[in-house]
Amino acid sequence: MNPAIQAVLTVAIGVGGCVLYFWLSNLFLDKVLYPPRGPNAGRNINRANMIRPWLFLLPAMIALGLYLAYPVFATFWLSLHKDVGATKQFVGLDNYRQMMTEGKFWESMRNNMLWLIVVPAMATAFGLLAAQLTDRLKWGNFAKSMIFMPMAISFVGASVIWKLIYDSRPAGQEQIGILNAVYVWMTGNDPQQWLQIPFWNNLFLMVVLVWIQAGFAMVILSAALRGIPEETIEAAILDGAGPFQIFFKIKVPQIMPTIVVVWTTITITVLKVFDIVLAMTNGQWETQVLANYMYDKFFRAFDVGVGSAAAMIIMLLVTPILVWNVHNARKEMR
Amino acid sequence: MANLLLKDVEKAYGEVKVLKDINLDIKTGELIVFVGPSGCGKSTLLRMIAGLEKITGGDFTIDGDRMNDVPPAQRGIAMVFQSYALYPHMTVRDNMAFALKIAKKSQAEIDKAIDKAARILQLTPYLDRLPKALSGGQRQRVAIGRAIVRDPKVYLFDEPLSNLDAALRVATRIEIAQLKEAMPNSTMIYVTHDQVEAMTLASRIVVLAGGGIAQVGTPLELYERPENEFVAQFIGSPSMNLLPGEIVETGAMTVVKLDNGGIARATIPTKAADMGLKVKVGVRPEDLLATDGEAVFTGEVEITEALGEVTILYFKRQGDAAQVIAKLPGIHSELRRKTVKLGTDPKKVHLFANGRSLLYR
Repeated sequence: MNPAIQAVLTVAIGVGGCVLYFWLSNLFLDKVLYPPRGPNAGRNINRANMIRPWLFLLPAMIALGLYLAYPVFATFWLSLHKDVGATKQFVGLDNYRQMMTEGKFWESMRNNMLWLIVVPAMATAFGLLAAQLTDRLKWGNFAKSMIFMPMAISFVGASVIWKLIYDSRPAGQEQIGILNAVYVWMTGNDPQQWLQIPFWNNLFLMVVLVWIQAGFAMVILSAALRGIPEETIEAAILDGAGPFQIFFKIKVPQIMPTIVVVWTTITITVLKVFDIVLAMTNGQWETQVLANYMYDKFFRAFDVGVGSAAAMIIMLLVTPILVWNVHNARKEMR
Repeated sequence: MANLLLKDVEKAYGEVKVLKDINLDIKTGELIVFVGPSGCGKSTLLRMIAGLEKITGGDFTIDGDRMNDVPPAQRGIAMVFQSYALYPHMTVRDNMAFALKIAKKSQAEIDKAIDKAARILQLTPYLDRLPKALSGGQRQRVAIGRAIVRDPKVYLFDEPLSNLDAALRVATRIEIAQLKEAMPNSTMIYVTHDQVEAMTLASRIVVLAGGGIAQVGTPLELYERPENEFVAQFIGSPSMNLLPGEIVETGAMTVVKLDNGGIARATIPTKAADMGLKVKVGVRPEDLLATDGEAVFTGEVEITEALGEVTILYFKRQGDAAQVIAKLPGIHSELRRKTVKLGTDPKKVHLFANGRSLLYR
């Protein structure tokens, strides 16, 4: 079968199946199980309404349980076991201990912390700046869509684009990477292998994620900025505040809850960062991060135990931020 | 000390002039109230004085200094907004201190100003609270406090009471009146659509309509001697009855024969040339009295509203004439569906020709 037809068929069956499930189950509830007729009509309506939400939630709950909850427990179980021949043997925290002795693990931890500090801060700051500056421009909306555009590019796609920007050709040849082209033209030095300069190459990788996430931050923060009551700004103008004072003392504090939500949301993305590192350096030249480290152990070295232990560490780091994020998002909605 | 002078001030958005020919002379210590129907530009005029809207024509001076292009903060004004516009992330104290901190005042000066304002407005116990922990009335007082601490020459109020409930509105209105009395040298401009606020607070009222000033005067001047039909109907509640007719006798006492068959006498002098002039006779509902003699109006009562102290009678419309309303002292519910003859005191009758009062010819 032609793959295109296959895809269309999959979509049709998937979506159609869902619609059919909701329709049929609802029909069964109303017509067969608790029909709103007969001597118990009122009681039946109440009972049907009590069951209905669960009926509709059921598919989502099963999917979440199967693909999210079960893997968490299975990974935890795997992280406590070791392959001995074809069987699993319980080894306690041995996998974790082994991981702690590896230099690559600590390098990943350090890099993750770097990512954690730099990317959310830069993305939020650039997003806020863009939101504020584009708000009063005639062509602000065009600028916004340009800044938002990278959000639509996959991490791997973005990595390929930036890999070309950082590209390096031997000295004397035409440089196709724009960074080297500019660098050579400005300084006259030999072209640099940007992605192979330890420590700094981390920052070059982070630029990719900042480039992508700044658009997200900008959209959310722009909406928040517009939600600030105009009168408080006018009152500040009358109080004699200048543009910077209005921005930092009146506007930013009022959207602080949104800034926190944006910041933590990006933080969670950062903790899971994988594709960019995989596609650009694959963790070489001291750019390893936890998710890529886990992938290395799991699918390249086939050390399922240590790989699972790394996965657990990532989850351990993400969970508190996630809880805080949800808490803040809810608080803001109230 | 501040005299405000607006000379031929106008406001245009592109081609559309929303305000024009605004001429006002506001003296130190006055409390001027801008009233008018919604959309008449009263808030816009206030915001032009504040500097939040650009003045597109004419001159605006404070004590002789042209203010058209002076930034808002340097005009020596403070404004109280309808929505209070408190900074939600700052305590009451910080809200009041903000302008002073920006002006780089010393901490001692700031504390002194805040203590004084808080004492006047009874906000001392709430100084360390956030605005969200305050009631509507308290927030309103903080907004006023924020204006007071700056010790401005001119206070601007933009419908400050319209977000309060009825009881609180009366209480706060009296507080504002007392505040004004305590600061006899400050000039205040107050925007409202509530006539009661205008009548009770103002030293002079500016009625705005149709992009211009309809009349300026003390509250009682506007009530007793309205310059035109608009002011006559806008001030007073229910609004003034206007009955069309024709002048049949001129002289010191003018007699008008009304289209409804009634006769109205007014102590407004007219010239012989006015004989036969089409006019509208204005009588306030509270000036109409039941009578057996000569009637201004005779009609059947359609609805009565007995409020205890007064009863409002709504008469059946006659043809396409406007509904006549009378306000009689006491309780008169029994008049419903009865035919009533109404007369009035000639001193209380107004005459309008082409919308303008004959008093101001």
